[in-house]
Amino acid sequence: MGVAPVRNLGWLRLPFLLTFVFLYLPLVVVVVMSFNGSKQPFSWGGFSTRWYGVLASDTAVRQGLINTLIVAVGATILATILGTLLAIGLSRFTRSALLEAYSLTPAIIPDLALAIGLLVLFSAIGMTLGLHSVLLAHVVFGMAFVAAVVTARLGQNDPSLEEASGDLGANAVTTFFKITVPTLLPAIVAGALLVFTLSLDEFVIAFFTDGPATPTLPIVIYSMVRFGVTPEINALAALLLLVSFTVVIAAQRITRLTDAV
Amino acid sequence: MASTVAQGRGATKRRALGARTVFLGPGLLYVTAFMTIPILLVVSYAFLTRGRFGGVEFPVTLENFARALDPIYLRVLWNSIFIASVTTLLALLIGYPTAYAITKLPARWRTVALVLVVLPFWTNFLIRTYAWIVLLNSQGPVNKTLESLGLIAEPLEMLYTRGAVIAGLLYAYLPLMILPVYASIERLDRSLLEAATNLGASKFRSFVTVTLPLTLPGTMIGAIFVFVPSLGNFIVPELLGGGKTVMVGNLIRDQFLKARDWPFGAVLALVMVLFLAGLFAVQAMVARRINGRGARA
Repeated sequence: MGVAPVRNLGWLRLPFLLTFVFLYLPLVVVVVMSFNGSKQPFSWGGFSTRWYGVLASDTAVRQGLINTLIVAVGATILATILGTLLAIGLSRFTRSALLEAYSLTPAIIPDLALAIGLLVLFSAIGMTLGLHSVLLAHVVFGMAFVAAVVTARLGQNDPSLEEASGDLGANAVTTFFKITVPTLLPAIVAGALLVFTLSLDEFVIAFFTDGPATPTLPIVIYSMVRFGVTPEINALAALLLLVSFTVVIAAQRITRLTDAV
Repeated sequence: MASTVAQGRGATKRRALGARTVFLGPGLLYVTAFMTIPILLVVSYAFLTRGRFGGVEFPVTLENFARALDPIYLRVLWNSIFIASVTTLLALLIGYPTAYAITKLPARWRTVALVLVVLPFWTNFLIRTYAWIVLLNSQGPVNKTLESLGLIAEPLEMLYTRGAVIAGLLYAYLPLMILPVYASIERLDRSLLEAATNLGASKFRSFVTVTLPLTLPGTMIGAIFVFVPSLGNFIVPELLGGGKTVMVGNLIRDQFLKARDWPFGAVLALVMVLFLAGLFAVQAMVARRINGRGARA
């Protein structure tokens, strides 16, 4: 098999292999432990899937998952619409680098700063905290990520298509929906997928802007993890790893397909 | 005739203005309402007095800033900067050669390696941190392996130490170092390296005089990408430091969610953000100087 490319690296093999062992060893250990039949977290009691059963009947985890999906779906829809409009506006109607930087700031600002800012805002206007406030918060950074991805795509787009559409008598609205949106679709989908994944995993901002009655899945995981190692968390971790690996590899395939077109 | 042209132009202009508002308006309004105003509120809270029942009250004061200079808090700040710096340094030492190695792989393998680098990054942060609790636990696999090899008699106390916090942060953010460094090595103009070799420079010399300085901006981006989230992190110190290693993120979180001293929390957040903004400014300055030199050469 082709380990030859790695062998050609010379002494660089050492840091290269070290990095991948470092990145994957902890994950492998957790996945293996999730199939441990023993109730003791660290002694091996034979192969078993019992903890997946325990996990499936855990109502707190299930409710957390539902809450997270509500937030992620809502935030993705809003962020995709706002971010796409913003990207088109930034590249077609202004050349202001300042406005562009301003729109993309929520993607790079430390999450803790955004989290306390939103907590202060929501309490200043007297808003009760819950899934709606987490959703509003997730749209802020989500929109910036969509705008960044779509802006990058707009840079490669051929403006003559839109001009041709106008010359052939289509009005601005028709041109927008028949030309601009379809050519941008791969970037819009990629941006939406990005927001959805980020929102699913987001903890810090949700921790500050969520109400106590409606914890999202990361908040549920946080309260579980604080009490130490249990076989049930191992099972949950293994499942989440499977989901995110599938999404990343699928996204990789999709971008390769659309790049080829 | 002239007036109809002018009218037509006026209408086009109005239409352009309308389109501009439709596209830019909602997004900019949203960023302003949910980022800028919140941040300005936090800044103003830093100058107010702590409310009796949480929240803030008048009068305006500078007392919160004076309190941040208390040695207890300065030590936490220094500790955070130290931990974030060591994490960044280790990420650099492991990440730079790894990125360099990836650029040397055949194209197909390069993609595979890059996907493998980002894959852990896309999994839940808490789960990734939790994996280290499993790994480093006194009865965990690392201790078990060392014991069965006869290398240690007693389990090592690895969890709930500063080292565990650094390992957790390094684990969380290493991909953020590798990617920008990889991109900057990949973009490097190979002809410069050939020129160095033709002029008799050794491999090491051309690396130090050509590759290293030209990839410095990308490396600094990587360093900032690791340093910034490490400094403000409160999950890793709590879960892997066991409350013994307090970082500025924990302090800020506690002021807002436990002690309910929002003005003091606002001051601490302000100090952190200003410190980070300073780092960005340094990076931009260095990048400008290096790119300028590249253009002249």
